[in-house]
Amino acid sequence: MSAEHHHHKETFVTKYIFSTDHKMISKQFLITGMFMGIIGVFMSMLFRLQIAWPEKSFSIIEAFLGSHQQTDGIMNPDTYLALVTIHGTIMVFFVLTAGLSGTFSNLLIPLQIGARDMASGFLNMISYWLFFISSVVMVVSLFVEAGPASAGWTIYPPLSALPQAIPGSGMGMTLWLVSMAIFIASSLIGSLNYIVTVLNLRTKGMKMTRLPLTMWAFFVTAIIGVISFPVLLSAALLLIFDRSFGTSFYLSDIFISGEVLHYQGGSPVLFEHLFWFLGHPEVYIILLPALGISSEVISTNSRKPIFGYRAMIGSILGIAFLSTIVWGHHMFVSGMNPFLGSVFTFTTVLIAIPSAVKAFNYVTTLWKGNLQLNPAMLFSIGLVSTFVTGGLTGLVLGDSALDINIHDTYFVVAHFHLVMGVSALFGMFAGVYHWYPKMYGRMMNKVMGYWHFWLTIISAYGVFFPMHFIGLAGLPRRYYTNTYFPMFDDLADINVFMTVMAIIGGLAQLIFLANFFISMYRGPKASQNPWNSNTLEWTTPVEHIHGNWPGKIPEVHRWAYDYSKTDDNGNYIHGQDFVLQTTPLKDGEEPS
Amino acid sequence: MLALFYIFIAVALGVSFWQITRVMNLRNVIATDDDNNKQGKIALGFMVFLYAMMIYCLLAMNVIMLPESASLEGEHDDTLFNITFILIGIVQFIMQFLIFFFTYKYRGNKDKKALFFADSHKLELIWTVIPAITIVLLIGYGLWQWNNIMYVGDDENPIVIEVYSQQFRWDARYAGADNELGLGNVNFININKQNTMGVDMSDPKAQDDKQVTELYLPKGKKVLFKFRSQDVLHSAYMPHFRAQMNCVPGMVTQFSFTPKFTTEEMRQNPEVIAKAKGINKIRLAKGEDPYVFDYLLLCNKICGASHYNMQMKITVVEEEDYKKWLGEQKTLAQVIK
Repeated sequence: MSAEHHHHKETFVTKYIFSTDHKMISKQFLITGMFMGIIGVFMSMLFRLQIAWPEKSFSIIEAFLGSHQQTDGIMNPDTYLALVTIHGTIMVFFVLTAGLSGTFSNLLIPLQIGARDMASGFLNMISYWLFFISSVVMVVSLFVEAGPASAGWTIYPPLSALPQAIPGSGMGMTLWLVSMAIFIASSLIGSLNYIVTVLNLRTKGMKMTRLPLTMWAFFVTAIIGVISFPVLLSAALLLIFDRSFGTSFYLSDIFISGEVLHYQGGSPVLFEHLFWFLGHPEVYIILLPALGISSEVISTNSRKPIFGYRAMIGSILGIAFLSTIVWGHHMFVSGMNPFLGSVFTFTTVLIAIPSAVKAFNYVTTLWKGNLQLNPAMLFSIGLVSTFVTGGLTGLVLGDSALDINIHDTYFVVAHFHLVMGVSALFGMFAGVYHWYPKMYGRMMNKVMGYWHFWLTIISAYGVFFPMHFIGLAGLPRRYYTNTYFPMFDDLADINVFMTVMAIIGGLAQLIFLANFFISMYRGPKASQNPWNSNTLEWTTPVEHIHGNWPGKIPEVHRWAYDYSKTDDNGNYIHGQDFVLQTTPLKDGEEPS
Repeated sequence: MLALFYIFIAVALGVSFWQITRVMNLRNVIATDDDNNKQGKIALGFMVFLYAMMIYCLLAMNVIMLPESASLEGEHDDTLFNITFILIGIVQFIMQFLIFFFTYKYRGNKDKKALFFADSHKLELIWTVIPAITIVLLIGYGLWQWNNIMYVGDDENPIVIEVYSQQFRWDARYAGADNELGLGNVNFININKQNTMGVDMSDPKAQDDKQVTELYLPKGKKVLFKFRSQDVLHSAYMPHFRAQMNCVPGMVTQFSFTPKFTTEEMRQNPEVIAKAKGINKIRLAKGEDPYVFDYLLLCNKICGASHYNMQMKITVVEEEDYKKWLGEQKTLAQVIK
């Protein structure tokens, strides 16, 4: 494809709606993801209110929940479960999978490998619109009469299969499944496109071993997605069969509402296997792009090469491989054979090794750097911090013998929120601050960025650090209230503290939203390479054009991390502390 | 409290609005040396905050933790947990220090040059091998303990008890004199005849089974729990015994442990006394009855609207008291006509 082919006139519809340009599609993903994110975070505020003050009436709850969902400003137990379910679903899939991967894979893959666009612009457009439709279906499901799906984001049957068991398993669950089926189609089309693009459309000189780590992360993420998402689709399809056509894949021997149901021979454990075969790789589908983004941001802003480039690639591949053979650690107490538990403990705890390598490499990259503490850099540093904090407790949870007693307690909630929720969000924010000039041609405000970062990290730790301890006190997750257990009465103050922190954190996101939308129109115009970065996307013009580069696609002569490269006398070889990938090697210059 | 909350929100909104109008006029958008200096120092300040919070949590929240394991098998869980926690605690304290101290120490400056340092196989080898060895040791202990808990030897001759779950209550069935449970299946449920657990009354083994709504366990005897569910997934969580197993419709799952302290003994445990004291201070202030420690079985798998109140009391007693209590319970043959 060449730039000259794109001179036909664009209408509003082809430019902003049914666009096949990867840069526009990436913005569409970002805005849709942000919209879903606002819903998901707002829901968490509502149920945090319930957890902290279970008997208190709130007019905000009265205002936002319908008469079926609350009584005099106190939410109903069903609604509480619906809120945690949809919060999880939206944050995991719609924000941190589509919103994060969709945005930055689309924006960066063609730009950083030196391609005019994705391998298939049309499929790329389809991928976004399927995502949009699935978002709409998910939002619509919030308004059905019996409420949205409320069996937890893991939708374990039989609870998710039987409307007699919980009202949300009626129409709400049907729409959830439909939405997710469409979502998976979107994700698969997107992932295939990313894989093909990275493999086939790299510019001259862009060897795989010269790709920026963002590219490696997105590429491997797409592969994991292609391997695991189809399994979730089949899990969802079989659940649809059980729910609507009377099959018994997951159900057996059930007596409910005074009658024995006809289901025979199925097993909920089968569903758990299928679900977590996606569910666990999903964690890395969320996390790897964030780690890729932070690798890039940390290296650029440290003015140093990323430490251990090849080890970083190795650990991405190691994590990806291991991620597909550890799903059983979610099921240690599911009733599966204890021998399987041993195997999954072994593979799970092994993941600590590549993860540790990554964390140490980040810290070494900071060491003796010349750190430019832009908001994107702070968010990346924050990511390393929360990734370490959350990752370490994985050693406790991954050990089957210890998992027995903390499985499904708040300890788990604290662990995964820090290691994949907060970390991935930080990666997403780092990406937005860093590539905003590439997306919108303007700069975001740094002072607001600083406020956003510090308020967010303080509140994130404020919510999730104490949460470990109420988990260790034995408090199960997904309890509407713990007032029926006097043994948990001493956790009330901590819960109030966490809720206040969560509200501060939620409100801090308003600063980001204001910054994002105001900067779009009032931010100062960006220069071509504002962060003095090496990668190819900063060689394109600030104003977006079809085909990315006017004229020829640049040729690549070096890896992406020649920052502060000096000669023996300590002078910069190229006269400045960064060297674009397009700069040829000088005579006698050692390739890195 | 509510008014305070609204005031808080109003203030936060006000402050952010004021900030926005003030800073939006700023045209300088890339971090300067001044910014690096300031943010580096804030990072150091944040590190102090993080350390303070971690230390505070570790010290102050000790009292709310679960007391020591009340089962023999759980002792190793506690040891393994302590080892793991100390280990990750050390790593956490070192790593967070490095992250935020480096952010401060190497904050950017026009006059500085970063060190071009792209690779060191020695360093990478060190931080691959050390975690690997540590992890192998942890896994080794963990797997040994896992096998310890999950496999019950034939010679151990445990007391068999069925725990039965439904939305939203627990029942239990003791295997009786023959220590074997009669066959159970939802098709045998007959509410009118009080056969609520679906026991096949034509099975000879079922006749001496005893159905109860509270668990009594003898101290020092191994108990093997068999779990069933009649509707959705539940999870039988007995945190004081370090025990948990899902109840799965259509299959029987199991878990076993040996109670170590009677309920009375546990009430005299200093950790329990400290925790109960804290709880009772709160309950007294609210005008509620004082809390007395009891072992509990809680549902720990989302199971529907009343998931948050699905519990069963467990009482551990000396063996002779257990036998006396069990003798007083009616057999199924007496109850189900």
